[in-house]
Amino acid sequence: MPMTALDIFKLLAKKNCGECGVPTCLAFAMMLANKQTELTKCPYVSPEVVQQLESSASPPMRTVTVGDLEIGGETELFRHEKKFFNETAYAVVIGDDSDNESIVKRAKKLDAMKYERIGIISGVDLIAVEAKGDAQRFSEVVTLVKENSGLPFVLMSDDPQVAEAGLKVVSKAKPLIYAGNANNCAALAKLARQYACPLALYSDDVDELVSLSEIAKSEGADDIVLDLNLGAKPLRDALEWLTILRRLSVKKLFRPLGYPVMLNLHNGMDVETQAIRAAIGTLKYASLIIFGDLDAARLYPLTTLRTNIFTDPQALIQVNPGLYDIGKPNRNSPVIVTSNFSLTYFTVASDVEASKVPARLLVVDTEGLSVMTAFAADKFTPETIAQALKEYKVAEKVDHRKLIIPGMIAMLKMKLEELTGWDVIVGVKDSSALPKYLKELASE
Amino acid sequence: MVTIPKESWSGKIKEIAFGATDEEGGTRDRKLLLGGETTLPFLAFEGKVSRPAIGMEVIDHVGDDYPHIIIDEIGDVIKDPVAWARACVEVYGADFICLKLLSTNPEEANVSAEDAASLVSTVLAQVKAPLIIQGSGDYDKDARVMELCGDAAKGERCLLARAEQDSYKSIAVAATANGHDVVAFSNIDVNIAKQLNIMLTEFGVPADHIVSDPLMAGIGFGMEYAYSAMERIKLAGLVGDKMLQSPMIADISVAWSAKEAYRVDAKLGDERERAIFWEVASALAALMAGANALILRHPKSVTITRKVVDELTG
Repeated sequence: MPMTALDIFKLLAKKNCGECGVPTCLAFAMMLANKQTELTKCPYVSPEVVQQLESSASPPMRTVTVGDLEIGGETELFRHEKKFFNETAYAVVIGDDSDNESIVKRAKKLDAMKYERIGIISGVDLIAVEAKGDAQRFSEVVTLVKENSGLPFVLMSDDPQVAEAGLKVVSKAKPLIYAGNANNCAALAKLARQYACPLALYSDDVDELVSLSEIAKSEGADDIVLDLNLGAKPLRDALEWLTILRRLSVKKLFRPLGYPVMLNLHNGMDVETQAIRAAIGTLKYASLIIFGDLDAARLYPLTTLRTNIFTDPQALIQVNPGLYDIGKPNRNSPVIVTSNFSLTYFTVASDVEASKVPARLLVVDTEGLSVMTAFAADKFTPETIAQALKEYKVAEKVDHRKLIIPGMIAMLKMKLEELTGWDVIVGVKDSSALPKYLKELASE
Repeated sequence: MVTIPKESWSGKIKEIAFGATDEEGGTRDRKLLLGGETTLPFLAFEGKVSRPAIGMEVIDHVGDDYPHIIIDEIGDVIKDPVAWARACVEVYGADFICLKLLSTNPEEANVSAEDAASLVSTVLAQVKAPLIIQGSGDYDKDARVMELCGDAAKGERCLLARAEQDSYKSIAVAATANGHDVVAFSNIDVNIAKQLNIMLTEFGVPADHIVSDPLMAGIGFGMEYAYSAMERIKLAGLVGDKMLQSPMIADISVAWSAKEAYRVDAKLGDERERAIFWEVASALAALMAGANALILRHPKSVTITRKVVDELTG
């Protein structure tokens, strides 16, 4: 648990010397509690106190930076309790035993596997280069991949010499070193410290994983990712262990396992099995997943699921305001007004689509509020609707001058007609009645 | 040694029987038990888990807008709801059938409640798996459809769907009069889910005859709202809220309302594989959130999801 300013103050020297730049120790403690300054600014603090404060200040699960991605840093078991912070990162393997031409082709392909969906770009996040041979070959292939992709790396080799050959090429891009085990942990941890890169630790056994984590930390590796071989364990055990590890870090504050957890699915499973495990891992507690292979048909749904589950439950999800075509509307098709709360938009859009009447949806910027909430908050007003009508040049796109507004905001009709000169038609109160309503309208 | 953190919950999800065999006075070939777990989904290390049932959707009349990827897979039998239902059970291994009587909607074909009830009788005679009988969503018509269908299915312990806050009485009567269960539908709202359960039990539906449908949304279309609503309901039930302990059903057919799941687009990969995985991923989300029964559309989704459930409960 984070300490309060008063807790911290009790541990300070209470000299009020001002050498830290703050006049009193209490003020310094308050700044420390708010993370506005650092303990090192105080010359009189003892090493024991430093340790005590650091461990209390460190979060339940460390946030680890791999390349330009942050993973881990989670604080919850359930997204509704606050939110999940850092999206599960997806890495795909390239083996260094392939020929150079295929390596280049695959690197370019993986780099391009990203999709834009409602304004969010999501796809493959990392390339995991797997060493199958010697240091020289690994170094060549890492260089080749670096030249043909902008994605950050996982460097997969148990041999410290081989791993270092890769690190020499890309250490500045903060690759994840995969993985320290019972034999090589200390050596790889030294490399991780030397090159300031994160280190994955691998063990099939949780107690051994704890020892590895302690060894790595004592060798100076602070940024750790945990692999309990859950990618290969029976699915049921994998889900149980993912849950146990998350509980140990965020509920029990068990420091040796207070790191992001990963799944390595590069073990001969077919693409479908990997995608299923990845979906479960994304929903339940994996911060990084290595795929042996992945196709667009699975990745696109996976990234969609990932965006969903990491959405902040407190934030209102918006779609961009604008004029949206549903079906293939012509110049006489109806124009229907709605809010830009994403669920409202999806519901209305799918009901309009179900009517099979081509139409245009005028999505007004209600700052992500639903129709009634926006009305109550003065975000859905004759003025905001008139503004949207103008901004999205609706008059240029249709020959008629009829605007259908939600039935719940019928009271805006008069004012809106005055403001715009359009005929305002009061539509249905509930979106589910739209198909019937539009069909009737079309037959008139 | 690491101490394994185990939760011990004071509440338990109710176990609801679905389908009556000859032992219970019905003619089903199996009785499904939905719910009954004492912990979160599949965490067998700390409690009793339950195996979610996997059912398939059958519609009384498939329109032109039904996804072709499913029509192609199922073939001509899709035109005949009885043959389609039989294929779902005998060929694709569905645990149960969800028969949606969409044609009864006065806005659609307006098929009579009598004809709907006769279809239900035929399906029950020819297909022996447990049956969900679902109306078209038109409150007034559903009242009559449920009355006649509930009567036609007397003693089979079907699930009648769906009771809503504004229209639960007729379906509750149709269920209790004939020994059926009720699907209580709430629109991604934990409070309404609870309120509806209270109203149904006060109206006389026994608590062990209620299954909750908090409305699952497919991935990309509000899945996260549905996921959290289901997860919150499950957690509330486990900590002891008796009015949130009904097992939950998730209708995954909504996943197919995402056209992007099967739009032809080379960049997004093979559309058949994509559509199936879209449905499977939505199903996995429902399972992780605590669904006790799933309604799926594509036979391949059923095969894949069943295998996952086998592995998670094995």
